[in-house]
Amino acid sequence: MKRYLWLTLSLLSILVLLLAGCGGAEEPAEPDAPAEPYKVAFVYIGPPGDLGWTYEHDRGRKIVEEELGAQVETAYIENVPEGPDAARVIRDYAQQGYDMIFATSFGYMDPMLEVAQEFPDVKFEHCSGYKTADNMSTYFGRIYQARYLSGIVAGSMTEANNIGYVAAFPIPEVIRGINAFTLGVRSVNPDAEVHVVWTSTWFDPVIEREAAVALLDGGADIIAQHQDTTEPQKAAQERGMLSIGYDSDMRAFVGDTVLTSPIWNWGSYYLDTIKAGVDGSWSTHQYWGGLKEGVVALAEFSPKVPADVVKLVEDAKSDILAGNDVFCGPINDQDGNEKVAAGQCMSDGDMLGMDWFVEGVVGTISD
Amino acid sequence: MIISLLTSVLSITLRAGTSLVYATVGEIYTERSGILNLGLEGMMLMGAVTAFATAYYSGSVGLGLVVALAVGAMLAAIHAFLTVTMRANQVVSGLSITLFGSGLASFLGQRLGPVSNNYYLVGMVGPKFTPIRIPWLSKIPVLGALFSQDILTYLVYLLVPLAWFYLYKTREGLNLRAVGENPQTADAMGINVTRTRYLYTVFGGMLAGLGGAHLSLAYTPGWTENLTGGRGWIVIALVIFAMWNPARAILGAILFGGINAVQFRIQAAGTTIPAEFLNMLPYLLTILVLIVMTWWEALSKRIGAPAALGNAYMREDK
Repeated sequence: MKRYLWLTLSLLSILVLLLAGCGGAEEPAEPDAPAEPYKVAFVYIGPPGDLGWTYEHDRGRKIVEEELGAQVETAYIENVPEGPDAARVIRDYAQQGYDMIFATSFGYMDPMLEVAQEFPDVKFEHCSGYKTADNMSTYFGRIYQARYLSGIVAGSMTEANNIGYVAAFPIPEVIRGINAFTLGVRSVNPDAEVHVVWTSTWFDPVIEREAAVALLDGGADIIAQHQDTTEPQKAAQERGMLSIGYDSDMRAFVGDTVLTSPIWNWGSYYLDTIKAGVDGSWSTHQYWGGLKEGVVALAEFSPKVPADVVKLVEDAKSDILAGNDVFCGPINDQDGNEKVAAGQCMSDGDMLGMDWFVEGVVGTISD
Repeated sequence: MIISLLTSVLSITLRAGTSLVYATVGEIYTERSGILNLGLEGMMLMGAVTAFATAYYSGSVGLGLVVALAVGAMLAAIHAFLTVTMRANQVVSGLSITLFGSGLASFLGQRLGPVSNNYYLVGMVGPKFTPIRIPWLSKIPVLGALFSQDILTYLVYLLVPLAWFYLYKTREGLNLRAVGENPQTADAMGINVTRTRYLYTVFGGMLAGLGGAHLSLAYTPGWTENLTGGRGWIVIALVIFAMWNPARAILGAILFGGINAVQFRIQAAGTTIPAEFLNMLPYLLTILVLIVMTWWEALSKRIGAPAALGNAYMREDK
């Protein structure tokens, strides 16, 4: 008996180290529209109160509600785990007669595709994936453009020439962000280095803080991040150092030590897409909007950012808007080998599969 | 350079380990009485959210601690009622308390906040414990880190030796161990088994609540959903790691806080060791220790898990 208890204990400990807890809360739609409203559902990976990724999607949903009023009816479910649970949630919405369903995490891709095939009359929208169908589209944003601009701020303001970057997982999306940020840093400060620490988690306040503190101990005076909480920003602030936020305007939650944040603005995309659904002009698309479309942006600057730095950022922004994208040559990799020749630009496909660091990054991508 | 690095590693090890030590010592006492409490994660989360909410509205971190202690005690009392009085399966009861506690904590985090923030507690800044530097002592190279901590970490320095002394050197401690080893005999000796089990289960819950409060009031001040990130489960493993000895609970803190602090610094300095490997080191070591303990029976007998751990007791049973 005792032996089994031991085994159970050990197994449980091992299992739960792998599993993050997941509580789900369901928000019913508000039934107040008189005519037959267009019903839209959102599936969230986290809670809208995460102040980051899901918070921004929910801000987009609220903009839709405000703009279209009684024409639409929106609903959302938060904390939906990726995998089979997602299929269940999406299928539920489709069965309840929702006209359009947005799924806001990469891991919802296959579950959504599966449900999309069962409900040909429902429109499906998947964020950050690459699989489409007649009734399923993808959408994402070129956040790397905003990260490049935030890199200019960091590169101009670092005194130690050492910038820390707390990053979740070595996947192309994150690597692209680190590279764009570093290119921004080096465009104004060729001596600065960006030190990367991987946490292997999107969301763990304690781990994110410890990673940031390690970077600060290593001499970093600005902390950037690709995580889901504001903890790295808070850790930098406690040490009297600066930071760059992500996802949402983290300055609002942490204070002026957050110089700026690359942020998402889903509102206009959601509005346009839902309008297209209402008037019947919706068709399958693969949307990857950037600064130009306004789906990504740089949050308002902290008063700590001097005017000449703001000017540098504005110039770089107009350059990108004019068509000179971030990943245009010459670009060297970490070891100094030329990856993109002068006058050439990376294709979207190459960017989506990025698995190497640019010159100036200190860190490793294991393969 | 090396001195400031060591100081920082020691400091973050202690701060990261504080909540783990509280919960581990509490769980050791609970398990010593023969009750396995798998509800720790739920209790820590509930302690964290209620402590922060209380401190946020009252402005008093002390009141936050009191509430966290009370909430931990209440959840543990439910567990004690189910497992001691109703003699329910301890694993099932503990797991349900974790599920209940984490769900309720998320819910409260979305309802207890101010109207201006849509009732969300997330993102609110409240009062917190700040490190208190002890004059002179905090100036010592490296070891000075021991003396520039927040008050909850200082309390750990007292808690661990006291918990050890109580368990091994006092009559009450002996009674507690007797109940966990052999409740029949303990009963025959005139020890009230039910009362003992209730008492130490509730005590363990209080310390788990306190551990949660340290996260939301001192280490990562504020509330975010799933703030503990599974630390309640790690504690279950650390109890085995500590071999049910409160003095060794501090080892768990060093294992967890320390290895993470060091591995992030190795990464920051630039290394060719894969980050994924470094990230899993603390977990890997815990699993290794668990495996060794589980199969090395000679050792596990000598260090002794409480023999009656997990078993309900009823006087009429043989």
